[in-house]
Amino acid sequence: MRPHATLKPDLATPSDPTHSETLVRIRDLHFRRGQRAIFDGIDLDIPRGRITAILGPSGTGKTTLLRLIGAQLAPAAGTVEVDGRDLHRLSLVELYAHRKRMGMLFQSGALLTDLTLFENVAFPLREHTRLPASMLRSLVLMKLEMVGLRGARDLYPRELSGGMARRAALARAIALDPMMILYDEPFSGQDPISMGILVRLIKQLNDALGITSVLVSHDVAETCTIADYIYVLSGAKIVGAGTPEELRAADSPTVRQFMGGLPDGPVPFHFPGKAYLDDLLELPA
Amino acid sequence: MIAMLASLGHRSLDFFKRLGRGSLFLLRVLASLPSLARRPGLVVKQIWATGVLSLVIIVISGAFVGMVLGLQGYNTLVTFGAEESLGLVVATSLLRELGPVVAALLFAGRAGTALTAEIGFMKATEQLSAMEMMAVDPMRRIVAPRFVAAIIAMPLLAAIFTAVGVLGGYFCGVGLLGVDDGSFWSQMQAKVLLIDDVVNGVVIKGLVFGAVISWIAVFEGYDAIPTSEGVSSATTRTVVHSSLAVLGLDFVLTGLMFN
Repeated sequence: MRPHATLKPDLATPSDPTHSETLVRIRDLHFRRGQRAIFDGIDLDIPRGRITAILGPSGTGKTTLLRLIGAQLAPAAGTVEVDGRDLHRLSLVELYAHRKRMGMLFQSGALLTDLTLFENVAFPLREHTRLPASMLRSLVLMKLEMVGLRGARDLYPRELSGGMARRAALARAIALDPMMILYDEPFSGQDPISMGILVRLIKQLNDALGITSVLVSHDVAETCTIADYIYVLSGAKIVGAGTPEELRAADSPTVRQFMGGLPDGPVPFHFPGKAYLDDLLELPA
Repeated sequence: MIAMLASLGHRSLDFFKRLGRGSLFLLRVLASLPSLARRPGLVVKQIWATGVLSLVIIVISGAFVGMVLGLQGYNTLVTFGAEESLGLVVATSLLRELGPVVAALLFAGRAGTALTAEIGFMKATEQLSAMEMMAVDPMRRIVAPRFVAAIIAMPLLAAIFTAVGVLGGYFCGVGLLGVDDGSFWSQMQAKVLLIDDVVNGVVIKGLVFGAVISWIAVFEGYDAIPTSEGVSSATTRTVVHSSLAVLGLDFVLTGLMFN
């Protein structure tokens, strides 16, 4: 891809982006939805080959952040660089070439409903490669074996449980051997067993294949067991960052409320509105 | 009064906004058509889904419309002693108007709604989003083949509708009411013109209606609000808008062609 970069390293820029430790670099990111600011100047670095988690209460735009990293949404201001390239300045062709190196695990799984599991995992391979049928079959079976669903290859997505669907979607996300996987709430709505399986799978993929993992979640306990580094997002800002141990010891009231699961605190229990008493006393129009 | 004007203004603004979005969408669809040359299989599969699966309703409706034409045409013509021309009357009315128009209305109800609902559901369940993240452009993989397939299928269905309709008219006129077999066909053979009737009617109208219906159907699906309610109202809009568009365009096309 970049013969010059490897043959003749440019000494003037020692931090060649392709070799830098940081895979995703977000600077001064602003994003609005209507009048509401979702992100108000966020800086965030995601190191290569690690598991980085973004924690935060629901509705803080964690999924939006993933979509910005995947360039499905464009920021109002600021930059999102992945592997040294500003995604929102790429042409559509470049962006699609870039996306082949990213996988995303959707919260719903987002499997193609009219295809079997086998065909779902084969889908990106068929679209982007011209592999002979036998090799394609072996590759798909290897991916399915990794998530423990080789035996379920002829089932349709509607025949799977939620946990199985998510594992199948994971097999599809790693079909093209991406450098990075974005996980959108991988643990929400899972029973304890499939939660444990997913935690182990994410860890395994990260350790064995060196895939950079970005995980957004509100499940504090599970996330802390596997994340190398955590950002806490609240009120359109990053309110805390550090390793799980550092965050547990943090002083910030918002971080403590979130890590400890306290119902009320800097993040209010009540949705903003007028005073309770005024609301009760007001006559209906 | 002011409120009424304001709401009228809002509605027309919304209409033009939507039309603008739809036109931009159409440009994107057209831009992704060349990629289909490498994947003709995708189009063939969709022709099967939109065209072949619509055959039953098209054939049955064609037969009944033709039979009714045979009955009504005979009743009118026989008062002038002109029932020999029944074949001509049935064939021209089917070729020029009823064939393409009724087939298009049925097609909008059968295939157009299916397209909208399918694409809308794929959007609501994040399947389109997932494709984007797998570096597969849903415009090329999902929308473009369906768009082209509907345009190809529509004139073919209109032709089949017309052919079956003529047979239905023949069955009623010749079989039941005793019109002369030879004059039924020979009048048709002598007076029906290839360009004026067949090409103008079935082919051009069929293509235009096919393009409009598939444009509306894929746009409504792609633009649907990704909830079950959003998809259902998008499906309704597909039927309403494409039926109105077909009837309106038919008037314009007829005015241009047969003037």
